[in-house]
Amino acid sequence: MLSPVILVPALLNGLMTGAIYALIALGLTLIYGVLHIINFAHGTLLTAAMFAAFFAYALVGLDPYLAVLIIAPLFFLIGYGLQRFIIGPTAHGEDRNYLLVTLGLAIIIENLLLYVFRADTRTINLPYAFDVIEIGTAFLAVPRVIAFVAVLVVASVLWIFMQWTDTGKAIRAVAKEKLGAELAGIDVAHIHAVTFGLGTACVAIAACLLIPTYYVNPTAGDAFVLIAFTIVVLGGMGSILGALVGGLFVGVVESFSSMFLGQSLGQIGIFVMFIVMLLVRPSGLFGEQA
Amino acid sequence: MAKPLLLVDGLHTGYGSTEILRGVDFHVKPSEIVTVLGANGAGKSTMSRAISGVTRPWAGTIRFKDDAIERAQPAEIVARGLIQVPEGRRIFPNMTVRENLDLGAYRRGRSRRNVNRNRVFSIFPRLSERQSQRAGTLSGGEQQMLAIGRGLMAEPELLILDEPSLGLSPLLVEELFVLIKNINAQGIAVLLIEQNVVQSLEVAQRAYILDNGRFVLEGPAAQIANDPDLKRTYLGM
Ligand SMILES: Nc1ncnc2c1ncn2[C@@H]1O[C@H](COP(=O)(O)OP(=O)(O)OP(=O)(O)O)[C@@H](O)[C@H]1O
Ligand SMILES: [Mg+2]
Repeated sequence: MLSPVILVPALLNGLMTGAIYALIALGLTLIYGVLHIINFAHGTLLTAAMFAAFFAYALVGLDPYLAVLIIAPLFFLIGYGLQRFIIGPTAHGEDRNYLLVTLGLAIIIENLLLYVFRADTRTINLPYAFDVIEIGTAFLAVPRVIAFVAVLVVASVLWIFMQWTDTGKAIRAVAKEKLGAELAGIDVAHIHAVTFGLGTACVAIAACLLIPTYYVNPTAGDAFVLIAFTIVVLGGMGSILGALVGGLFVGVVESFSSMFLGQSLGQIGIFVMFIVMLLVRPSGLFGEQA
Repeated sequence: MAKPLLLVDGLHTGYGSTEILRGVDFHVKPSEIVTVLGANGAGKSTMSRAISGVTRPWAGTIRFKDDAIERAQPAEIVARGLIQVPEGRRIFPNMTVRENLDLGAYRRGRSRRNVNRNRVFSIFPRLSERQSQRAGTLSGGEQQMLAIGRGLMAEPELLILDEPSLGLSPLLVEELFVLIKNINAQGIAVLLIEQNVVQSLEVAQRAYILDNGRFVLEGPAAQIANDPDLKRTYLGM
């Protein structure tokens, strides 16, 4: 049973699922790391972006891999606007308010989606959705390979942006030392909004990568975000590298546990590992020790 | 009398419903060193945060180069050339010395960043040696140099230093006060907030004594230095 013929495909498929998880977790961890808030609207924003990708294809035949070029910037602006004009001004910097405001937004968005689109589950059929690439003994679906590569590219670009650009440095400065950043002339409200926008753009990209092989309904994003939350904690709250490695790791754990426990129990493995992790290393893989 | 660079009039502010500053009036003239002295909790940092736009004034006006800034955002105040080196340094611990300095020019002086960085390095050769060291691992004295260096990167016209001598050894404090004089000699006005009474009164031209949110004494530094009443009453000396 444990021959490479089975293990290698399970590993590769796990990495590919994990890449999408990683991207969603990346957005969440970025927002957490800079604004120090847990964005409860992350999942519904993912759902909303999946609808956007769905209709871009269903109505005008736009391939999701092209639509991402419009949907990601659009969701950046949506995220920017939400933080700048709704979340920031209503939360007044209080954690409790952030929680309620983002939770409230999540409920509003989800219900709007439900009202407009009903509870129907929709899928798109790309002509190449079932094409496979053969790597050794593994057959990998083309959309999943694209997603994997795309996530690595997005994560690298984000990392370079954070490390080398003035805006990226300003984001890191605000994350660690808000007062120091303000007194250096960094507009903190703007930087918070940019960060929220980037986090939202991450889920928008994830949505476009998911839609070729997944379905969308008004709660489709929720399952991913629950996993993304565990990845954020696992990787270390606020750590980009942690989100990436943690996401891939969780994907692999899920893949192996579905292999051994059966498809429907696959996610149990994630949460068992998560609990063990919390016991052994509460600050996460790449988190700073408290 | 030269027109004031900074003019604060009837400034009130506080936190929640607690009033901390109860009507503060003062001014700083171009190329002057003015010191504000006061015991712990007198409201000195609250005052400097209000001037920088970080804490909102409840009442009163703050004019810098004749423009009202009491409602301006911190970033806008920086853009005008009023730069604060805050109490407790507030450097970016996760970034290198060089990145910290460069962020000092984020809003102002960006195009002359290289020139200004070299100038800061010539003032603080130690920072030059440690350019790529993470700021959080610097010694306390080095962190204070970095905080001042970061402030200088924004080409201040008025530099507010909030307790720069805090936590420095006596030798470093000596050096710091020489440095403040040198910075001032380049035409930069300095508002020096301190508890180090003797040395502050030596470098400053004028002084204000803050007690419980009000100025209780003001005048030429030399005169205040010789005021026995002041030392006994307000500074516990
Ligand atoms: N963020 C805040 N919220 C509530 N109260 C505050 C806050 N910051 C300062 N205070 C209070 O305001 C008063 C003045 O504080 P401030 O920091 O301005 O004093 P200070 O003169 O700078 O003292 P020190 O010399 O110790 O730095 C103190 O009683 C302090 O407890
Ligand atoms: Mg203080």
